[in-house]
Amino acid sequence: MSQLLDIQQLKVDFTTKDGYLTAIRDVSFQIKAGETVCIVGESGSGKTVASKSIMRLIDYENGKIADGDIRLNDVDLTQLSQRELRAIRGKKMAMIFQEPMAAFDPVFTIGNQIIETILAHKQSSTEKARKRAIYLLQRVGISDAELRLKQYPNELSGGMLQRAMIAMALALGPDLLIADEPTTALDVTIQSQILQLLQELKTEFGMSILLITHDMGIAAEVADRIIVMYAGGIVEQATTLQLFESPHHPYTHGLLQSVTTIDSDRSKKLFSIEGSIPGLSDLPSGCRFHPRCPYATERCLNEAPPLLDVNNRKSACWYSEELVKNDSWKKPTLQTTSDLQRPRKKEQPREKLFTIQELSKFYPLGNRTFSGTSSFVRAVDNVSFTIEKGETFGLVGESGSGKSTLGRVLLQLEKASGGKVLFQDQDLSKLSNKELRETRKHMQMIYQDPYGSVNPRWKVGDIIGEPLQVHQSLTKKEKRIRVQELLEAVGLNKNSSERYPHEFSGGQRQRVAIARAIALNPQFILADEAVSALDVSVQAQIVNLMQELQNDLDLTYLFIAHGLNIVRHISDRIGVMYLGQLVEIAPSEELFKHPAHHYTRGLIGSIPIADPRHQREIISIHGEIPSPANPPSGCRFHTRCPAATARCREEQPLFREIDSGHWAACHHPA
Amino acid sequence: MKEAINSKTIWSAPKWNLIKLKINLSASNLFVYVAGMIVLFIVACALFPQWIAPYSPTHMHTEFILSPPSALHLLGTDYFGRDVLSLVVYGSRDSLIIGVVSVLIGGGIGGGLGALAGYVGGVVDMIFMRFTDILMTIPGILLALAIAAALGPSLMNVVLAVAVSSIPGYTRVMRGQMMSIKKRQFVVASRSIGTPNWRILIWHILPNSWSPLLVMATIGLGTSILVGSGLSFLGLGVIKEIPDWGALLAQGRGYLTTGWWISTFPGLAITLFVLSVNIIGDKLRDMYDPKTK
Amino acid sequence: MTLISKALVRIANSFVSVLGSLILVFCIIYLLPGDPVLSMIDPSVATPEMIENLRRELGLDQPFYVQFVEYFTAILHGDFGQSLINSDPVLPKILMHFSATLILTLTSTIFSIVIGVTLGVLSAIYRNKWIDILARLVGLFGISMPTFWSGILLILIFSVNLNWLPAMGSDDWKTLILPSLALGFVGAGLIIRMVRTSMLEVVNEQFIVTLRAKGLSERVVMYRHALRNALIPAITIIGMNIGEMMAGTVVIETVFSRQGIGRIIADAIMAKDLPVIQGVIFFSAIVYVIINLLVDLSYSVIDPRVRRSH
Repeated sequence: MSQLLDIQQLKVDFTTKDGYLTAIRDVSFQIKAGETVCIVGESGSGKTVASKSIMRLIDYENGKIADGDIRLNDVDLTQLSQRELRAIRGKKMAMIFQEPMAAFDPVFTIGNQIIETILAHKQSSTEKARKRAIYLLQRVGISDAELRLKQYPNELSGGMLQRAMIAMALALGPDLLIADEPTTALDVTIQSQILQLLQELKTEFGMSILLITHDMGIAAEVADRIIVMYAGGIVEQATTLQLFESPHHPYTHGLLQSVTTIDSDRSKKLFSIEGSIPGLSDLPSGCRFHPRCPYATERCLNEAPPLLDVNNRKSACWYSEELVKNDSWKKPTLQTTSDLQRPRKKEQPREKLFTIQELSKFYPLGNRTFSGTSSFVRAVDNVSFTIEKGETFGLVGESGSGKSTLGRVLLQLEKASGGKVLFQDQDLSKLSNKELRETRKHMQMIYQDPYGSVNPRWKVGDIIGEPLQVHQSLTKKEKRIRVQELLEAVGLNKNSSERYPHEFSGGQRQRVAIARAIALNPQFILADEAVSALDVSVQAQIVNLMQELQNDLDLTYLFIAHGLNIVRHISDRIGVMYLGQLVEIAPSEELFKHPAHHYTRGLIGSIPIADPRHQREIISIHGEIPSPANPPSGCRFHTRCPAATARCREEQPLFREIDSGHWAACHHPA
Repeated sequence: MKEAINSKTIWSAPKWNLIKLKINLSASNLFVYVAGMIVLFIVACALFPQWIAPYSPTHMHTEFILSPPSALHLLGTDYFGRDVLSLVVYGSRDSLIIGVVSVLIGGGIGGGLGALAGYVGGVVDMIFMRFTDILMTIPGILLALAIAAALGPSLMNVVLAVAVSSIPGYTRVMRGQMMSIKKRQFVVASRSIGTPNWRILIWHILPNSWSPLLVMATIGLGTSILVGSGLSFLGLGVIKEIPDWGALLAQGRGYLTTGWWISTFPGLAITLFVLSVNIIGDKLRDMYDPKTK
Repeated sequence: MTLISKALVRIANSFVSVLGSLILVFCIIYLLPGDPVLSMIDPSVATPEMIENLRRELGLDQPFYVQFVEYFTAILHGDFGQSLINSDPVLPKILMHFSATLILTLTSTIFSIVIGVTLGVLSAIYRNKWIDILARLVGLFGISMPTFWSGILLILIFSVNLNWLPAMGSDDWKTLILPSLALGFVGAGLIIRMVRTSMLEVVNEQFIVTLRAKGLSERVVMYRHALRNALIPAITIIGMNIGEMMAGTVVIETVFSRQGIGRIIADAIMAKDLPVIQGVIFFSAIVYVIINLLVDLSYSVIDPRVRRSH
């Protein structure tokens, strides 16, 4: 096969107010016609810059190609003028982006924007372009294509928009499609649909795909070849099978171990790479991974390794060849790190910490003055369950399922519309404001965005000390000592209390947030998407920390997340929510092994598996989550359920125990 | 990518250190320094006119009636032979008093009402907003005119008129600020650990509202000076021996053909001052508003 | 249906606002010290009885609320009362001069929009180039120069020195040029700044990257897509600006000695001519409300997110 894209020694600089900043350097790789190549990497790895450089879109962002060349079909893109580039962009190569909501111009219709693309590149009548647009929309699986053509971006869902985006990218049959994290902003069920669609279209349109992702699972599933980037450079390049079977670079090795999968052992501590990702402005000398590398030597500190050919692949490590011969390296997934002391506490009946009874939260919708009737968004609708003392209860579901709302109502941050929340047999809604404030000592919260949840003007010491200040009367000295204890407990330097939150990395900020949450020795912590925004290697650190603290402090967690694997790892029991209702509750292992509700099955089936040898059985849930303002009758899932019958349409299934400790609301459990 | 964005675009801990600002001299900041110096100079004129003005503003140089700018009278003399430069220097006092005091009153009342409406919400918010809606239907200068006319000419009355007419603007902005700060996650987070309302207000909300208030007041100062001098120009100001800039300008209007300098220089003074204040206001906004980064 | 009911709510709200402003101005003029009667006749000549008679004749001896109710009922019948100074009926007087002011406002608005939008857009596209610096300076001066001064400067330059255009009067179109420039300059300043800021914001949006990735020319990206998005927030400023210009005629009509409603109210306020003040403010409040409704309407034309919601 010939090379479609050939990138040699690419170096990209950005002009900032402090001078030049090199975002990526020495990046060389090729893509053959018809091939799917994935660039994987964490934040700051330069993967997005690499993809935007190919399109020369960095020219508009104060970036410039300082060195190297990019050849597409033997045309050097670095030498072309913007005018010449325009003829290639959208035609020979097209791009789709992470946030489909933000990627369309909000004031033009979808049809308008697709037709505009076609007309920009070829002589065609508007009518022909319109026909083409309708065909494309139908091809990417959008029903009522003619109607959608006339709709504005805000009238379509994220999944729909991403489909439309793909249709627009394919309008002129490009040779290369660059997809920058195309599914990161979407739910796992939609992600699965979109990835499948991309695979189909690739063969149909005979194009190559360059997919940028941070998710090893996605890479394993779709890529022919994988390029791993770290801190602005390529560290490893290999075929997918090679890479997963035997990673050659310590970073890849670590990354693969950090990934939690459906089969990974829950009793083990998650593997994590020490430290954090360096910023572009303070890259370490020599090999950029050396500060975090367990195998680093003097040489790594001083000399940057080039991308070397080792065993039919490329790796940028001085020691790849020796390392892979090492026994402990060979079986990465079985390698054990220190075991997590997970006390087997299942046997004795446990005390209930939270009892939730028929809890509902409705939000009024629209203006009721004139219409007379009142409509509601049923964010949480008649939910009952318990959280036992000392356990981690996981809560999963697509966005719009009401899981975060449930969490906030539980902590009385929002008033319930109906039902009760009992905390240690005490009805929280009956408490006076003062009593409630007192009770808040025992229940704390960790948020998704650790930066947004702290006052940016406060020093870390004051942030962590705030709950102490509110609830305890400590002297300054006592408070300082306590803050230092807490900093050490979460693995931060005890002298960091004088620093401001913006001086910390994302992972460190989340540690600060945890320190603050445990300051009052609470009994319960609600973690709402607490690790979702973090990179894989850092995510593992935080999860481990949370589990250690749980053991030491006898904490109970409610862990809300959309990343199913991580929830599986950390939770004892998991509840699955769909459209405001709990559809299934089961112990973690049981839920993943024998999901009873078809929604749960679909969710689990949608998770990409980080193992190319393991082709998952595709149980796709088709369609998208309906509006919670107008939920379907009967079983709310029946519109998307593969096993739905007439009964499901009419009769709402009861939430019943189908096995010991395993509850599900389904007429036809699997 | 998220982290890189977080640390740069979401506003970082503000640097109150104004001294540092002074040292960081670059071309883009040059305007700000010049503006700062102009403001300082005009403030000095208002405080110590006797040290800066070459003559007494009331002295009539009868031999120099309507003489154009010269070495003796840098900005010329008026129809009584008074030195225009001295008049402008002395006139700064009333102009500045009108601007500053009305910002303090209008900003204080408007900002306070807005903060209350935004923080408390509900019925209070509804009533206040209704009231500002009403005030907004009358253009600022008309309202100020009506009040000034009703109260009669005096410095304090002009100040009051300008202040009242500026209230709705402050109320709106402050209310919006308050509502957005109230919803920020660290406020919710503080509430979730059981911090009482008054503490949240003192610890989190007020410290985060200062900078927008400061920006608002700076830009408001420019507007107030313009409205105030407009009132004086229309003859609603103070009738005093030493007129403020607006009145001075109005007096020169009859001599456009014979003495262009009489009305030109007071106008220039107003413009320079308002311009400088606006430049500083823009700079402050760029520093504190995450959106304009 | 909901759209109509929404519009009805808005109109009802506006009506309340107009009524409120009427009461407010009535209160200001009535409750604050100062006696209109004394400004009508010379107190040194008139006997206390004459003053008392005049006051009774004008209904000024009635309690506040009675006066207001009477005034308001009269308005509903189209009667805005008579000037206290020369007994001219208010409504015809306002109507007669309203067109002059309206034309001035209109020409100023057009001038400010043309200059403001053009410079604002160019300034954002050629960021930090000379045209951006120029536009920002124009913007800053626009909002910093008092209209009475820029008006006088224009007179000095174009009438006194160059003798190209008339300095005063309101007879032909030539007299309209200088006041429109002076008045429009303020609006232009505001609009330049607003359009520039919102253009710069839009240019950083993700969808601009998409448009470029599709291979569209910069011209299409900027003028077809970015500009339309940037104008959405600018419309509010433009709308508010029309109201401000209308008010600005108070000063400008005095500077250029033009006939018009601004001049009328300036004179009326000096003389505490209550019915005239009331009438003009009532008019300006109505104009303000109409402009606001138009702004809302234009939003729904230009922004599909508003059009299609509900």
